[in-house]
Amino acid sequence: MRLRAYQFAILAALLGLWHVLVRIDWLPRFFFGEPIEVGRRIVAWFAGGDIWPHLGVTLVETVAAFIIGTAAGVAAGLWLGISPFTARLLDPYIKGLNAMPRVILAPIFAVWFGLGMTGKIVLGITLVFFVVFFSVYHGVRDVTPVIVANARMLGATRRGLLQHVYLPSALSWAFASLHTAVGMAFVGAVVGEYLGSSRGIGYLILQAEGTFDIDTVLAGVVVLTVCALALDRLVSIAEARLLRWRPESRQDAV
Amino acid sequence: MTTTGREVLRLESITCTFVGREGTHYEAVRQASLAVEEHEFVSVVGPTGCGKTTLLNAAAGLLAPTQGRVLIRGVALDRINREAGYLFQADALMPWKTALDNVAVGLAMRGIAMPQARVRAREWLARVGLRGFDDRYPHELSGGMRKRVALAQTLILDPRILLMDEPFSALDVQTRALMENELLALWQQDRKSVLFVTHDLEEAIALSDRVIVLSAGPASRPVAEFEITLPRPRDVAEARLAPEFLDIHRRIWECLREQVLRAYAASVQIV
Repeated sequence: MRLRAYQFAILAALLGLWHVLVRIDWLPRFFFGEPIEVGRRIVAWFAGGDIWPHLGVTLVETVAAFIIGTAAGVAAGLWLGISPFTARLLDPYIKGLNAMPRVILAPIFAVWFGLGMTGKIVLGITLVFFVVFFSVYHGVRDVTPVIVANARMLGATRRGLLQHVYLPSALSWAFASLHTAVGMAFVGAVVGEYLGSSRGIGYLILQAEGTFDIDTVLAGVVVLTVCALALDRLVSIAEARLLRWRPESRQDAV
Repeated sequence: MTTTGREVLRLESITCTFVGREGTHYEAVRQASLAVEEHEFVSVVGPTGCGKTTLLNAAAGLLAPTQGRVLIRGVALDRINREAGYLFQADALMPWKTALDNVAVGLAMRGIAMPQARVRAREWLARVGLRGFDDRYPHELSGGMRKRVALAQTLILDPRILLMDEPFSALDVQTRALMENELLALWQQDRKSVLFVTHDLEEAIALSDRVIVLSAGPASRPVAEFEITLPRPRDVAEARLAPEFLDIHRRIWECLREQVLRAYAASVQIV
């Protein structure tokens, strides 16, 4: 509890410093905005209800990209993890796709899928997929050989190994990557919106930027951050429930 | 109930060669033959690194011998040995399953519905002295408790052959003596055929009907066999005090010492 108090104190101090520096004109208001004004924008958005359609669109894009990207990453990671030949075969392509700065695909997706949500979801999936994929892939390769041998002696077929050995091991690794994946899903949604859309928080930010309304831009950033933290929290809760078997998970669950 | 003379498991002059990363060949066992009869408890002793585990892996069907055959009741083995249960030296429990589910998983993989599998698993946990530990995960159990779970996990499937690879070597001395006795008590109930690998000669004598001495590696093979005639059922601690025990121990040790010294000399050379 004491820790929380200090954490809030730091936040308050930073906001206070910002406020004072802008008020005494050390920082130009035009470029840096004002904390109170940013707060007002946020309150106005939620009070007036203007934000909901935009926030809704961004969240749907994010959650869809997160779920589809994670599912695909887990599936592909499991598959390549247990078939080394395919893994070696596809290795250069995976490395290439991963090394590519995939955010730059956003304009292409905009051309393919138009200005709606699909393009943003696809962009998010390409970002989420690789994070989860590499985690799961290493998770599968990381299973102790003696556990596999034991499962086989207990009668595990390929399916049994997948269900009782590889999948649980992969999931524990997948969860470690999901925190990063949530952030990636948001990046996909917002960058996609920013580069061309008619709705969403990214669109709001772009509009505000066009009129040099820095307070609104910052308000959008704050709303996105809070949403990302909330989703991250959900992942942590799921992690604590599903990974109860891990020695360290008991501390995480606090 | 004594041995019937019917052979359950036979390793027929098997040779296992491993290819190293730089193309080097390592012959773990060469032309090794041994057999286990029905209801017989056989131990294999030998110096460290003499290919004991290799023999077990071949018997389990986890490792195909480079030459030779593994026969189960006279039939050549070409896949996982479905009649065998294997107790590994290292921890082999699934860390993501509770003690109960670890014991039940073998039944589940054999197509038994999970609720029924759990009922039987609960009985087996009680039989190995872990009543009330159903919901513990492996990391919440002590080393001895984990071995008990592993024992229940294997025995619940009622294997005809039990393969054991120094299962108690990681335990402290007291726990180890306890586990040896419990193993004997469980084994006495239906006397499965057992192939038990250890580097501890006393353990081998106290548990077994027959002790096979393996030569020092590489290219090791059985060099001698000794019948153990101590009366059954046995108590491991008491058996160790019997004059007969000391006598047989001396005879086997004379044979084993030579191999241990050879293994030691080889290891010093490597260093």
